[in-house]
Amino acid sequence: MNRLSDWHIMGALVVLGLGLPFVAPSLITQLSFLWLMVVFAMTWDMLGGRMGYNSFGNIVFFGIGCYAAAVVQRDAGLPYFEALALGLALGAVLAVAAALLFGAALLGIRGHYFAIGTLGLGITAAEIAAGWDYVGAGSGMALPLYPGALGAREFFFCFSLFAVAVVCFLCLRWLYGTRFGLALNAIRDDQDKADAMGLRTTRIKVFAWCISAFFLAISGGLAANMIGFIDPRDVAFAGATFGVWMVLMAILGGKGTLWGPVLGAIVFHVTQELFWTYLLGWQRVALGLLIVVIVVFFPQGIMGWIAERRAAREGAAP
Amino acid sequence: MTAMLEVRDVTKRFGGVVANDRISLTVKQGEIAGLIGPNGSGKTTLFGCITGTLPVDGGEVYFEGQPISHLRAGPIARLGLLRTWQQTRIYGEMSCAENMAISAREAHGGLLSLLKPVPVATRVRANDLLAFVGLHEKRDERGGRLSFGQQKLLEFAMALMNEPKLLLLDEPTAGINPTLINGLIDRLRRANAELGVTLLVIEHNMRVIMNLAHRITCLAHGEVLAEGTPAEIRDDARVLDAYLGVA
Repeated sequence: MNRLSDWHIMGALVVLGLGLPFVAPSLITQLSFLWLMVVFAMTWDMLGGRMGYNSFGNIVFFGIGCYAAAVVQRDAGLPYFEALALGLALGAVLAVAAALLFGAALLGIRGHYFAIGTLGLGITAAEIAAGWDYVGAGSGMALPLYPGALGAREFFFCFSLFAVAVVCFLCLRWLYGTRFGLALNAIRDDQDKADAMGLRTTRIKVFAWCISAFFLAISGGLAANMIGFIDPRDVAFAGATFGVWMVLMAILGGKGTLWGPVLGAIVFHVTQELFWTYLLGWQRVALGLLIVVIVVFFPQGIMGWIAERRAAREGAAP
Repeated sequence: MTAMLEVRDVTKRFGGVVANDRISLTVKQGEIAGLIGPNGSGKTTLFGCITGTLPVDGGEVYFEGQPISHLRAGPIARLGLLRTWQQTRIYGEMSCAENMAISAREAHGGLLSLLKPVPVATRVRANDLLAFVGLHEKRDERGGRLSFGQQKLLEFAMALMNEPKLLLLDEPTAGINPTLINGLIDRLRRANAELGVTLLVIEHNMRVIMNLAHRITCLAHGEVLAEGTPAEIRDDARVLDAYLGVA
């Protein structure tokens, strides 16, 4: 995609993101979740798509963001918005620190072993949170009430999550245009070669994970407030839902492409909502089938499929 | 000429197999040194020992007087000692131009220096070097789509992009179209003379190595068998014996 159409799509999405809550207020919660999914897919793709490290543990950073916000909002004794801002900042700091720590420990292992190691991370975090009384243990935590007028809360969090998605997109887009983006690809294609060519691969990998963690933590703090309640296993460290979806959305859209994760998140979320609406009772079966179809028929994702079609057309043209 | 690389009594074992048995050799600054030997004589293993991809079991490697055998591949590369692989290693999903851009020496820097677009000067140099190895029209092609011989040329160009002081080439002509081999010899010479890169070349093609190298070391069964000028090596009975098995 060239630069011009990049900006066109971005413009269209901004109009959608800012306009739709007013045009169709009933969709506002869905839209908020959509932006959350976009952040999930983009941050996952940075490691899974660009760097070739399939992480099943990214949900940990989201959960850290949820809990950090909730604890600060509960204990800081500050007005709502100040406490929220402080909670988001603390969540981001903790998540980045966790990414540094886990990165140093886990990013040295490769391939399936890395995937399994990170899977353990998510499960462990959920179990710790579910057993820790300070954060409500198994009964979770309730977030404070939003102080504004009735309905204002939904708008606030929808726009906040939208802003996070936009900033995340622009940040990653910029990063992928630098040498750092090329270095991620080099690590994906042949890490030993990258090492032997003098790239400081460990630093690069850990830094990438820190960036993912940062955006996941911010979106986690906002999402916790939007939902209003944190359950350790079903919201904060929801590895079986959010944690798997972020992988699927990136693959569906096209790993390692700029728009793939965004597109994948939109298609996935809309499809999933349609399943809930029209196939109630069977929605999980339909979702499972969708996953199988994605992996079997679109291993390169929508963007990969488009690129293939385009290459075939250009190849066929005289 | 001073010794740029000095390998002193390097030993490498794989279980009971002694792949390198107290090997010593030196490469002088500015020369083209050759490394030959029958299959399994330990040439590629020695490359691994020198460049830090294999830990040595004994002996020491000095690069510009500094011991490096305790270092890993990355730090050694940043000192200016680089290798290529017999089975080429390039970044398959990236375009040739991107392969070149990320191989530039600036990519050795810290994170902050990586957070910048590839400078125009680097792109120009990448294009020049791609043209130098004859891959200029392939610059937007994915590396993985090139033929084996083209990948070898790309890997060579990537190594030059990194501006090494010493470059270890593992069979640079293997898989290259025979009609292009003379051109490649010429390019290796020019890299040595014009870009000032000292070369240590593993080569099975005798015509190539005899033409190219100033000095040749011959390995057999993990040991240094003979060392000398191409003419001396050519006439050495032990070398002939190792290659041809004549008694």
